Amino acid sequence: MSGQHTDSIDAAGNGLLHRRFFLKTGALAATALMTAQSSARDRPAWMNAPGKGMSAAGEPSQYEKHVKRLAASRPGTTGSGASRSPLEHLEGIITPSRLHFERHHSGIPEIDPGQHRLALFGEVARPLSFSAEDLCRYPLVSNIQFLECSGNSGAMIAPSPVENSCSILHGLVSGSEWSGVPLALLLDEAGIKASGKWIIASGADSARMSRSIPLSKIYDDAIIALYQNGERLRPGNGYPMRLFLPGWEGNASVKWLKTLQVTDQPAMTKDETSKYSDLGETGKAELFTFDMGVKSLITSPSPGLDLDRQGLYQISGIAWSGAGRIKKVEVSTDGGSSWADAHLDAQPLPKSLTRFRAAWRWQGGQSVLLSRATDEVGQVQPTRAQVMKGRAPGSFYHYNGIQAWQVQTDGKLRNVYV
Amino acid sequence: MFKQLTAFSIIGLSVLGLAGMAATTPELGRKLTDTDLDSLDVAILPDGQGLPQGQGTAAEGKPVYAVHCASCHGVEGMDGLHDRLAGGVGSISSSRPVKTLGSYWPYATTVFDYVRRAMPFHFPGSLSDDEVYAVTAYLLFLNGIVDESRVLSQTSLPEVKMPNQGNFFWRSFEAEARP
Repeated sequence: MSGQHTDSIDAAGNGLLHRRFFLKTGALAATALMTAQSSARDRPAWMNAPGKGMSAAGEPSQYEKHVKRLAASRPGTTGSGASRSPLEHLEGIITPSRLHFERHHSGIPEIDPGQHRLALFGEVARPLSFSAEDLCRYPLVSNIQFLECSGNSGAMIAPSPVENSCSILHGLVSGSEWSGVPLALLLDEAGIKASGKWIIASGADSARMSRSIPLSKIYDDAIIALYQNGERLRPGNGYPMRLFLPGWEGNASVKWLKTLQVTDQPAMTKDETSKYSDLGETGKAELFTFDMGVKSLITSPSPGLDLDRQGLYQISGIAWSGAGRIKKVEVSTDGGSSWADAHLDAQPLPKSLTRFRAAWRWQGGQSVLLSRATDEVGQVQPTRAQVMKGRAPGSFYHYNGIQAWQVQTDGKLRNVYV
Repeated sequence: MFKQLTAFSIIGLSVLGLAGMAATTPELGRKLTDTDLDSLDVAILPDGQGLPQGQGTAAEGKPVYAVHCASCHGVEGMDGLHDRLAGGVGSISSSRPVKTLGSYWPYATTVFDYVRRAMPFHFPGSLSDDEVYAVTAYLLFLNGIVDESRVLSQTSLPEVKMPNQGNFFWRSFEAEARP
């Protein structure tokens, strides 16, 4: 097999090439030159007259309208549900803000920042309130980090594989640069009493979504986020301020943050008990399972991005871990019989999406594409069987199993279990 | 107005990668008074902290539920388009878990807190505290947890033991609560 393409270095079975393949063989690009002379009449219309003027805010090309979030709301509601990022159409590690996933419990409030105040009270020496303008004057920090709903990939617990796209199955994860005030600064200003151990965060949406957060996380890396990707938060992501807890399940990063109540105990809110708890098959349920596990996905190719001919393809995907940096991503194109290291873009950032790539020569046969991430604390992404072990039926939170895409001989891809 | 941060905040900042930066803040927090807080801003805790005055029974809650809740959750909390609230007892460790207040929810105070802050879905915050106590009592009655005449109040609601409470656990965050 390795003799078939002298310019390639086979790294694993079924045509998977060495991760440096694209870097080493840049000359592989087509070098055909256009020699024909074309007249103005033959040129595309946009070259024959000046284009449109400037605008106050940019919009994507009209030819990219298919790249959009896929939204669904609960029956009888318009804003109680989720919209998913179109992962298979995106590259890099930053999700455009307009395409960041959203999960709301009672719609998106239209908050006038002039009337909005964050109240910090409870087990503190000095109860305080802050406007968004106040918070913008504090020393801010910016980090590129992922946010993932703990219900992301929940469809993967179905007994047989659901045939759907990457974004429908896994689109409740996105990556952004988040800028805001370290919450520890505000707690220090208020003076936490010795009795303070938790913070109850609640939002200004009409559901007053609320979660209990242990103070240890607040002192570790929690921020009050004010900016996303350089601009003030968009309403769907918490304008004018949200809690942002790097690496933790998205629901805990309360949007439209209105109150922070320091307490000696968790509040046992509806969401953290009846919803975001992990039920095991014995009937025992674990609360406060905040950490998002190590995970990766091949976003291209994936269902809907079918292969139209044999030849060289770039496998591209994202990997992330709530515990820190991604250390390694391995890829297999033969269903896990053999694996090769993928190339990681740039230096992986902690609690951030990391883009990985591999070169693959599809030879027309049925193939199963897998990716498997390892993080810096040594966690290895589990198989689906490992994730499902011990779960109660229907318990779908925190699914981080290895995703398998089957490439059929006609080049179409589909979700399969291996 | 600028003040040096205390030692533990500096440790917190170093985790954020700010070590070496001047650890000062503008201290713009304004003194919060009780009147700045909306009555629904205070969370209700499992031991009853935060519960308002007032009371209600299931008998009183039944008509309130019929008007404000039944259209989404069914006449007895068993059907309707939205979350099932009653029944399912004994199903949690079966092959078809049905999560309801009676079969799953660990704390009765959560019912009061959630109804008061977020329900009815289209008019949250519109029920009086007495009505919320009464609806809470009715929901617990539908699940066989209290009888129809049990008066729920600041003192009696936290005493209600939910049947599935013993099946919940969580790891301790206490040891790492302070840097």
